[in-house]
Amino acid sequence: MISRRDFLQVSMAASALYGASGFGNWAKLAAQQALTQDQLLEFDTFGNVSLIHVTDIHAQLKPIYFREPEINIGVGGNKGEVPHVTGADFRKLYGIEDGSPSHYALTYNDFAALGKEYGKVGGLDRVATVVKSIRAARPDALLLDGGDTWHGSYTCYHTEGQDMVNVMNALEPDAMTFHWEFTLGQDRVRELVEGLPYDALGQNIFDAMWDEPAAEFKPYEFYERGGVKIAVIGQAFPYMPIANPGWMFPDYSFGIRDENMQAMVDEVRSQGAELVVCLSHNGFDVDKKMASVVKGIDVILTGHTHDALPEPVLVGDTILIASGSNGKFVSRVDLDVRDGRMMGFRHKLIPIFSDVIEPDADMAALIDEQRAPYKAELEEVIGETDDLLYRRGNFNGSWDDLICDALISEREADIAMSPGVRWGPSILPGQAITREDIWNVTSMSYGEAYRSEMTGEFIKVILEDVADNIFNPDPYYQQGGDMVRIGGMGYSIDISKPQGERISDMTLLSSGEAIDPAKNYVVAGWASVNEGTEGPQIWDVVESHIRKQGTVKLEPNNSVKVSGL
Amino acid sequence: MDFTRRETLAIGAAAAAVTALPMPAMASLTDDAIAEFTGGADVADGGVDLDAPEIAENGNTVPIEVSAEGATAIMVLAAGNPTPGVATFNFGPGAGAQRAKTRIRLAGTQDVVAVAKMADGSFAKTQKTVKVTIGGCGG
Repeated sequence: MISRRDFLQVSMAASALYGASGFGNWAKLAAQQALTQDQLLEFDTFGNVSLIHVTDIHAQLKPIYFREPEINIGVGGNKGEVPHVTGADFRKLYGIEDGSPSHYALTYNDFAALGKEYGKVGGLDRVATVVKSIRAARPDALLLDGGDTWHGSYTCYHTEGQDMVNVMNALEPDAMTFHWEFTLGQDRVRELVEGLPYDALGQNIFDAMWDEPAAEFKPYEFYERGGVKIAVIGQAFPYMPIANPGWMFPDYSFGIRDENMQAMVDEVRSQGAELVVCLSHNGFDVDKKMASVVKGIDVILTGHTHDALPEPVLVGDTILIASGSNGKFVSRVDLDVRDGRMMGFRHKLIPIFSDVIEPDADMAALIDEQRAPYKAELEEVIGETDDLLYRRGNFNGSWDDLICDALISEREADIAMSPGVRWGPSILPGQAITREDIWNVTSMSYGEAYRSEMTGEFIKVILEDVADNIFNPDPYYQQGGDMVRIGGMGYSIDISKPQGERISDMTLLSSGEAIDPAKNYVVAGWASVNEGTEGPQIWDVVESHIRKQGTVKLEPNNSVKVSGL
Repeated sequence: MDFTRRETLAIGAAAAAVTALPMPAMASLTDDAIAEFTGGADVADGGVDLDAPEIAENGNTVPIEVSAEGATAIMVLAAGNPTPGVATFNFGPGAGAQRAKTRIRLAGTQDVVAVAKMADGSFAKTQKTVKVTIGGCGG
């Protein structure tokens, strides 16, 4: 008799084979210039339940370019483990051919060249086509949105998330969970959640005053699909009041609360759940640890850290699905649930190649309707770029180099700081930079660009603090962002050291002198979590800088020396 | 230590008593407090449920909960505070549960320690690191 664990592993191997052959095919098909929608959507419907997962869309309604990270370091038990594998190592791990569509979709190398070849990715009208196709094969498939949906664009900012709500409503998800949504402010979040025609879930969304579950968000919901009683438990981003301005949503408290997660799993199981799905915004490594601590979750649909993995990761009897960001991917997971348990699965990470997948006409019209009032502002060309502009990576990206340059020159600062967020599409060399492009990498409800004096010692405290939020060996102490980006200053970082000892050799680049702990430096930055931050909005600062440049040209940034890998 | 800034929510028949201690190095202050509480007896690792956030949302008011079935008292220490003593909850025979919940102020990232005195006179201890961070930069 094959054990459940063995069964999952057998199924995993089959899934891996399926995935590998899929990749091989794409490479050949691409060589023949014959990549088609049918091939991208090809899926041998399996079992009796289908899950469709989208996450971290960051309000990207239209196709974009999105370069995956080059540097994505895993620490502790996650050293060298996915998703901390990039580039050629990633392609080798999954049997992806160089130059293939999967190379372009999942790794960073030759991004500009492949981007010109394969075109933009994403677009919720294309996502709608994929969702409809899956529903054609499995009409009662569950569509689950992992959050970071109502944030990240010009139109989302100006409509306070309404554009995304309108478009997602048309996609008809069954449930969602949350992160950046809360930066709309708690009143607006409550208003939008109240009107949602689907479930707003988060077992870890608590009332801050009474430290008990918040009334507006259910911890879980049951869905009867394919004759199976499915429980979906929500898990919002645990560190919202720390990573984002808590003063914008003072009534709420979050945290991982894995003991409560276990209690919820036990509760839904006792009520007859045959399949337990966690719709999570924890971040991949936090979910991996949670899967080892909490027993009885069958599937974790992970989000927050923007990883895209072509195969599930198995932790005990739990499978983890990572579906990327910015609308670039949709995951389909088919499950065979019998006798009250998950017996096997089939999975596909579907890359949304916007030139291959036909846009859904109704959705395309709805998206254009949201954008119509802002069309002129969105499309205004501010400049162009000779260099690839991207953000993702642990230490710096060229978009942030440009933003830091803008802060130093427009705000007359010695040093600039740009937050290590993971959202923000890429721009290819030779492309025009529109106002929309600038907002896609800067839009937020607390974008004021501050200018203040900080001592060298305090700057080090900030770097040490942020570094520990990424490189603490215990995932539960990680917040899932990247390192704060620094302009005008170089430093060395030994990621293997404890907090307080990682950062050294801080150097002011303009003079080449060591940073003096006692001296004051003028620092310009944006996205402060402190209430009452004053300054011009970051998108205006960046726009003004790019206008003056005309054509953006960036020097390679080698100012961060990383060791302890 | 400013007692009025702390909201104390004691559940069941728990009574809170603040321990005041002299001022040498903090680690030894914590050790001294434990020694005083236990009278120098051996302390088993684990056996107290200590619920505290991994990362504090606000270091000035961190919710914690302690419980230990069959305990007659649970002492809570913030090992990294200038004065580690937080509270000792005493449970009488009429207590429905040996559980207490309160909010504490943490000066920085540190271990929160809970030591329980059991009815049979034995002691158990659990500790958990609570990180206090300046925040920002969430992906």
